[in-house]
Amino acid sequence: MHIAELKRKSIESRKKILKYIYNAKAGHTGGSLSIVDILNVLYNNVMNVSPENFSSKTRDMFIQSKGHSVEALYVVLADKGFFPEEDLLSLCKYNSPYIGHPTKSIPGIEQNTGGLGHGLPICAGAALAAKRDNSSVKVFTILGDGEMAEGSNWEAMMFASHYKLDNLCAILDYNKLQITAPNADVMGLEPIDKKLEAFGWAVAHVDGHNLEELSQTLNSLPLESGKPTFIIAHTTKGKGVSYMENVLKWHHGVPSKEQYDLAIAELDKELQELETVLK
Amino acid sequence: MEEIKTTDAANLEVFSEVLQSLAATDRDITVVTSDSRGSGKLVPFGQKYPEQIVEVGIAEQNLVGVATGLASMGKKAFAVSPACFLTARALEQIKNDVAYSDNAVKLIGISAGVSYGALGTTHHSLHDYAVLRAINNITIVAPADNYETAEAIKQAAEMQSPIYLRFGKKAMPANLNSNAADFKIGKGRIIQEGSDLTFIATGEAVLPCVEAAQLLKKEYNISCKIISLHTIKPLDTELLLAAAENKKPIITVEEHSINGGLGEAVASLLFQNGCSNKFKIIGLPDDHTVSGSQTEIFNHYGISAEGLRNTAINLLNL
Repeated sequence: MHIAELKRKSIESRKKILKYIYNAKAGHTGGSLSIVDILNVLYNNVMNVSPENFSSKTRDMFIQSKGHSVEALYVVLADKGFFPEEDLLSLCKYNSPYIGHPTKSIPGIEQNTGGLGHGLPICAGAALAAKRDNSSVKVFTILGDGEMAEGSNWEAMMFASHYKLDNLCAILDYNKLQITAPNADVMGLEPIDKKLEAFGWAVAHVDGHNLEELSQTLNSLPLESGKPTFIIAHTTKGKGVSYMENVLKWHHGVPSKEQYDLAIAELDKELQELETVLK
Repeated sequence: MEEIKTTDAANLEVFSEVLQSLAATDRDITVVTSDSRGSGKLVPFGQKYPEQIVEVGIAEQNLVGVATGLASMGKKAFAVSPACFLTARALEQIKNDVAYSDNAVKLIGISAGVSYGALGTTHHSLHDYAVLRAINNITIVAPADNYETAEAIKQAAEMQSPIYLRFGKKAMPANLNSNAADFKIGKGRIIQEGSDLTFIATGEAVLPCVEAAQLLKKEYNISCKIISLHTIKPLDTELLLAAAENKKPIITVEEHSINGGLGEAVASLLFQNGCSNKFKIIGLPDDHTVSGSQTEIFNHYGISAEGLRNTAINLLNL
């Protein structure tokens, strides 16, 4: 998909995330806005996955380890045609399948996640199975930065390099804020690149909102033959809404009517500017 | 007392042999170990089928996660680790990745219960039935003899839903009732019929019931029914309610805490169905476990021929 089209999608996705969170009066707003660009690039420009091939063994696999940012995933999957977007009006409502974390009952979702530190081990197992079957399947996951304190991730990292899983790509949503405070105050990650390299991974830093850079990097995998890839995507929590960006309370804050209108107005303006540039 | 013949095979060894025979014709059979291939008797499996074994190192959370990933790609993944670590350290992976996500992983708890004897509580699993019973969408099986073990493995390999199988290290009889060759996961197995008292037991606790029944027959002419309730979840409610119909005393026996295991599962079923049989749960009490070998620990808590005979005599007011 052309980058300009992807840019349009990116803004529209943000509007939808806010719409459904506002309607549900629940959701992980900041994190969803943080990862939605990565998801749009993965699903539109990188992965071989669609509603048509989802039951095929040759589809690429994505498991969202930071399950709480599910609203971004729902919006991107609906846009891909996995289910009607209006289903999301039931988000977090009584007896709705669209709960606050990914579940396999939703078309397009591979595994139930929500507990942190679970995605990477599962992806590592799937990547190994693909290797042993001589399959070209690639496996992707997005982890949160707070989630990197989970020991299970480091178990899986040892495993993935030991088995040379260069068909596995983990993406760190590095917005540097977690529910309590900045990562640096809660449990520092730095120097995260050196740690990942020491665990035997090929590592690259990218701007997690630069669609061109994301597309380019994620289409050049593996970065090193015989090594799994860790992309450190530098992101902004609440990206795209001025008053949400880098503000802790939007981790799972829900906008009021005024705040919602303001956010949509900002995104509409951005969309208009984009259309002008494109013309 | 007639000695009950055991083969030289622990259920664990049977597991390894059966798995090798399955792997010979099914390349999706995949064993995942956490530095446990030696204790799991899986060294020959690894030598014969190097492409069907995955070592994760001493990392039980990753063990279950990786097995889940393998299963998601169509592998028949057997995650093998000592029951104590598998069902405690990796409990969240069992709950979320396997049970909740409905991946047909086969969780194999080896050297279960107090098999590790004097190694102590860190290596005992007396909680596994209890924690797994409270998790939706997982079958729990503890086979009593080599026959039940072999059948359980074969059936587990073809199951499309999560299962936990638990084995000990001690040599077990080849078959406690060669007339009952109809093992089916989810259906209890009658080891012997009897009319005065019923033993309901699971795993390696079935054998002491058979021995106790012989004593009771010889010394008191008491006739005992014995059920190997190898499947703790889902419960074979039909068989259990039928067994309670004679209103005779029931003794449940398990290598597990008396809290939350087989005994409480059976008690809950019977009580809620209006049964009023005398009832006694034998297992490990809510206390620091005595030190010693598995046999010594069994004897200490009355999971033995003499201990169970005494429990039966008390219940029968003899």
